Amino acid sequence: MTDILVAAFALLGAIFILLAAIGLIRMPDAYLRISVTTKAATLGIGLLLLAAAIHFQDFSITTRVMAIILFILLTAPVSGHLIGRTSYFSGVKLWKDSVMDDLENKYHKASQELKSENINNADDSKVTSEKDTDSKY
Amino acid sequence: MTLNDFIYFIIIPILSVSVLLIVYRFVKGPSIVDRVIALDLIITTGIGFIGAYSIFTNRPSFLDVAMILALIAFLGTVAFSYYIQKRNK
Repeated sequence: MTDILVAAFALLGAIFILLAAIGLIRMPDAYLRISVTTKAATLGIGLLLLAAAIHFQDFSITTRVMAIILFILLTAPVSGHLIGRTSYFSGVKLWKDSVMDDLENKYHKASQELKSENINNADDSKVTSEKDTDSKY
Repeated sequence: MTLNDFIYFIIIPILSVSVLLIVYRFVKGPSIVDRVIALDLIITTGIGFIGAYSIFTNRPSFLDVAMILALIAFLGTVAFSYYIQKRNK
């Protein structure tokens, strides 16, 4: 009975990790890839480690596994947010079919400042006009 | 089919195939951010490998390595994002 439970959890975890890898290949955009990595891989790792905890059935090992799962659950969103912020600031383009960009015109490239209202620079207005003509096609 | 056979013939091949797919993205990745994401995912898959392998060999002491590896993955991603952001300044 325990073996069947361990096998089921391990298989689910491995399938979720495989889905994360396929998503990393198939997604068109760095931001979508970040989203895949932080969600599917975290669930897969949690299920695999849970399978190990069920297999050993020891209090100290269960504590260790819970510590690892808690650590990953805490750090995966933080690292995903950091790398997404870095990729936006370093100028990685959004996918061409992306619907909206909330930070457009609100981030000053030279001083690296974020503002809640639009920044009306000559450069920025030129960029937006180019983007508008692009989005019509 | 015993549990060891199941781990050896099904779980570990699935994880290996996913590592190969991630390495493809690591080599191809258009920007450096994609490579950092792929590196993070490779280390995360390595933690999964360690969990499966500790079931396979019945040795729970491998799980300590998984904890350290999780810590290193987080620190690596934070350091990479910090330095990429600094480089563009």
